[in-house]
Amino acid sequence: MQLARVVGTVVASQKHPKFEGAKLLLVQPTTVDDRPQGVPLLAVDSVGAGVSEKVLIVIEGRAAGEALGRKGAPVDAAIIGIVDHVDVVE
Amino acid sequence: MQLAKVIGNVVVTRKDENLAGVTLLVLQPLATDGSKIGRTLVAVDAMGAGVGETVFFVRGKEASFPFHPTEVPADAGVVGIVDHWHVG
Repeated sequence: MQLARVVGTVVASQKHPKFEGAKLLLVQPTTVDDRPQGVPLLAVDSVGAGVSEKVLIVIEGRAAGEALGRKGAPVDAAIIGIVDHVDVVE
Repeated sequence: MQLAKVIGNVVVTRKDENLAGVTLLVLQPLATDGSKIGRTLVAVDAMGAGVGETVFFVRGKEASFPFHPTEVPADAGVVGIVDHWHVG
């Protein structure tokens, strides 16, 4: 899993039927000290995250489909939690 | 699988229901000489590992297998705590 920051929302009227009703958010993966890392991704959200929140994401197809609660959904990233805090020793 | 050092914890209250009770660890992957290599990541913990320990972890859907039959939405998981390793 990766830490990420929600940076936006995505609206798409035409999408695969398995996306029906799913919330799509734009997330920017971050390092543990909150710096952007890599390219922004679209992730489905089933925990009710909002813009600017720090979240935990899975970047793997089947895990993302499970988070969405739909098997066989053509997704590869999902928000699975909203981060309260990260404690890093180093 | 890959070697890593546990460098932290992630606290997540609002989350996928299948993550309830699952510990989330911050891992720093290690090279065979013990130096840091690659990006840090967050992994589910199937072993009771703690900060400062050296572990090995699996990537992919297999990370959820230790929690079967719960379908934990994980893409990385700690599946062993390393006593020591030796190269060559």
